[in-house]
Amino acid sequence: MTIGILSSGAYIPRLRLARRAIAEIHSWLNPALKGQGKGERAMCNWDEDPVTMAVEAARDALTGRDRSSTTALHFASTTFPFLDRLNAGIVAAALDLPDEASSLDIAATQRAATSALAAALASAGETLIVAAEQRRAKAASPIEMAAGDGAAAIVVGDGEPIARLLARATQTADFVDHYRTAESTYDYQWEERWIRDAGYLRIVPPVIGRCLDRAGLKAADVNTFCMPAVLPKVANAVAKAAGIPDAAVRDNLHAECGETGAAHPLVMLVAALETAKPGDRILVVGFGQGADALLFEVTEAIARQPERLGVKGHLARRREETNYAKFLAFNDTMEIERGMRAEVDKLTPLSAMWRNRETVTSFIGGRCKVCGTLQFPKSRFCVNPNCNALDSQEPHSFADKIGRINSYTADRLTYSPSPPACYGMIQFEDGGRWMMDFTDIDADQLAVGQAMRMMFRIKDIDTRRGFRRYFWKAAPATPEAGRA
Amino acid sequence: MPKGIRDKVAILGMGCSKFGERWDMDASDLMVEAYAEALADAGIETKQIDAAWLATAIEEQHVGKSAVPLAVALRLPFIPVTRVENYCASGTEAFRGAVYAVASGAADIALALGVEKLKDTGYGGLPQRGRGTLNNMTWPNLSAPGSFAQLAAAYRAKHGSAPQDLKQAMAHISVKSHDNGARNPKAHLRNRITIDTVLNAPMVAEPLGLYDCCGVSDGAACAIVTTPDIARGLGKRDVIAVKALQLAVSNGVEAQHNSWDGSYLATTRIAAKRAYHEAGIEKPREEINLIEVHDCFSVTELVTMEDLHISPEGTAIRDVLDGFYDSDGTVPCQIDGGLKCFGHPIGASGLRMIYEMYLQMQGRAGERQRKDLPRIGLTHNVGGFPHQNVCSISIIGSHGS
Repeated sequence: MTIGILSSGAYIPRLRLARRAIAEIHSWLNPALKGQGKGERAMCNWDEDPVTMAVEAARDALTGRDRSSTTALHFASTTFPFLDRLNAGIVAAALDLPDEASSLDIAATQRAATSALAAALASAGETLIVAAEQRRAKAASPIEMAAGDGAAAIVVGDGEPIARLLARATQTADFVDHYRTAESTYDYQWEERWIRDAGYLRIVPPVIGRCLDRAGLKAADVNTFCMPAVLPKVANAVAKAAGIPDAAVRDNLHAECGETGAAHPLVMLVAALETAKPGDRILVVGFGQGADALLFEVTEAIARQPERLGVKGHLARRREETNYAKFLAFNDTMEIERGMRAEVDKLTPLSAMWRNRETVTSFIGGRCKVCGTLQFPKSRFCVNPNCNALDSQEPHSFADKIGRINSYTADRLTYSPSPPACYGMIQFEDGGRWMMDFTDIDADQLAVGQAMRMMFRIKDIDTRRGFRRYFWKAAPATPEAGRA
Repeated sequence: MPKGIRDKVAILGMGCSKFGERWDMDASDLMVEAYAEALADAGIETKQIDAAWLATAIEEQHVGKSAVPLAVALRLPFIPVTRVENYCASGTEAFRGAVYAVASGAADIALALGVEKLKDTGYGGLPQRGRGTLNNMTWPNLSAPGSFAQLAAAYRAKHGSAPQDLKQAMAHISVKSHDNGARNPKAHLRNRITIDTVLNAPMVAEPLGLYDCCGVSDGAACAIVTTPDIARGLGKRDVIAVKALQLAVSNGVEAQHNSWDGSYLATTRIAAKRAYHEAGIEKPREEINLIEVHDCFSVTELVTMEDLHISPEGTAIRDVLDGFYDSDGTVPCQIDGGLKCFGHPIGASGLRMIYEMYLQMQGRAGERQRKDLPRIGLTHNVGGFPHQNVCSISIIGSHGS
């Protein structure tokens, strides 16, 4: 019985906004931005949010695992789309986790994910911790440049861990480097030098010290230090103050991803696990109104993890975006004319959504027990014209299947937040098909026979009532097809 | 096998409004415009009509629900009036209701009227709208061009057609319909265009450009039907009769079962076979003289030539480019301009097609009149999406032929 990390996964949106595209637009206002216009930041497509990213990161972490053994889901974020509706509940339904598993949203601090991880490691059962963040930022603000959208997921529990927990420590301090309230859309931040000197450098090193003491190790024994911090060189300064070798400081993925907020400690931890060797000691810190420190030792089991995309694979699944206006439109930072076709009422009848939750949220269809035909959605009469049996179907999940494009179009007439709307008939080789929206695809990639994987995405946004509904869409199946 | 409708019902009179952007007309005005022509043509009075059917597809944009708008507009004297809606097949559905009423003996004279007032949306194209509670949650926000465009992708994949060959044939179809529409005073679009106009037009839904799409129009069309005996009694000679009326409706096979390859309309193939059987037609390519098909998009017309079993599968591109379906070809298709140029006020379209057959068979089609009067004509509607639709087919011809 060893408590530790059993599996890990991540999700970084495919779109990467070139920072120079932001800097060029705003340097008239803030010339300092020009110096920051290097590298790129991950940005959500219009149909992504922390919930959809959490689902994808969790699916990545659950690669090759039996989901029925999950006993709890902890979802950490400061940018949950819903304030009063369990966001983890949406994730659990999309993942088709057992109904009896507990689920929990953990919010309101940049260390939400490390606190969730610590709590899970202290409890029995098998917990899926997922963290996702999509920070909103004012145009021309430093955080707009520094932030990136992304998610990570970790499975912890008893078993054969890929990394076992050596020790952990925490401290609570109402240090307000920035805040956001129910009334405010954007963060309000204090001076960076004060945050560095009075915040990170005063609060974090003692917590690390306590953590190492509990493990009976010295700072020099840490060979991987995951210290998320937007401010440059802060991680190195904290390492120095704590006595950790500078070579142990992990790159914070600023160049290719950006700081993924509350998700970033886990994104960095998952990235570290991807290159870790047995015996490596990984220290991960979460900072926000105090600090968490968790120390892990990588085991031999790391080599036996099934292939997954993780941080590395998702970073490779990349499409450069140089059109900053798209970023503003997707984040609703700028009021744009969407045309009268966008005015159609998107009301979601909640009773119908609940009744059809297996179809809509879990992407579960049917398998006819009489003739074996797979079909979506599940229905009373079998669709096979040579069968048409009544009430013969058992639930059958389509979420993890690969389908192929049977027909397609790129539609410039219909309303889409990101035209052209690409959609078409997706056919599953072992049976079943559905006319589906495509996502994360360029019009010139559309071809009959193209292999597509299913992804959980925003289907429609009801701007009138602030609701959003989700469904599954088809995206190119391989990183290569996604323009890696 | 039922005996069917062949030669049991005659067309007594028909009318059709001018189609187009009728900014100064309400739906009721359009109904009256079509009805007045039909009534005069039939040579009867309103009080002689025993029952009526109204077709509208997007009634929320104009008249609202029920058959009341027709009864009010025409001051029908408290007779049975029914409203039908079956996507773009609605007009033919109204006709079917009226024809069946006469054939059953329940009515001596019946009216079918279709109307659509689409140009009050504030934007071009068909109205953006929901698809029903559950469908809204799982369907793409598909437009009509976006759904029919997919026929092209699947057709090319199945037959190995080069994209430029298919696009060339599609362009030929649109140029032909514009030529035909130019000779039709009631048509919405009366301008002639060239192949280059089509090929260089802005893209609407890959690979359909602007000129691959039919017009969105206001308009109405109607038919008054009776028995052949009553028609003769009212002084009609050369009675035009209904030979077949068929409807095939998708049951989810195309949308959910992999037996359909996406390159054709399964409903059309089935409805056509049943209609030929009902009309006693064995070789449609030789026996049918004129066709009006649902050319909502150029590619729809192209695949329909095969689905009607007139062009053998995989040969429609060749037949189209050979001019087989031109107004001076062997089997003219859309001699009135079709949906493409006559226009597509949805509820009226099926009746508009029958109107053209009726005029052509009587030699009353003016500048666009076919020299040899057609004896057997076919009309075809498809409503919905290639993967889930309603297809109606009517066959019209001289009584007893």
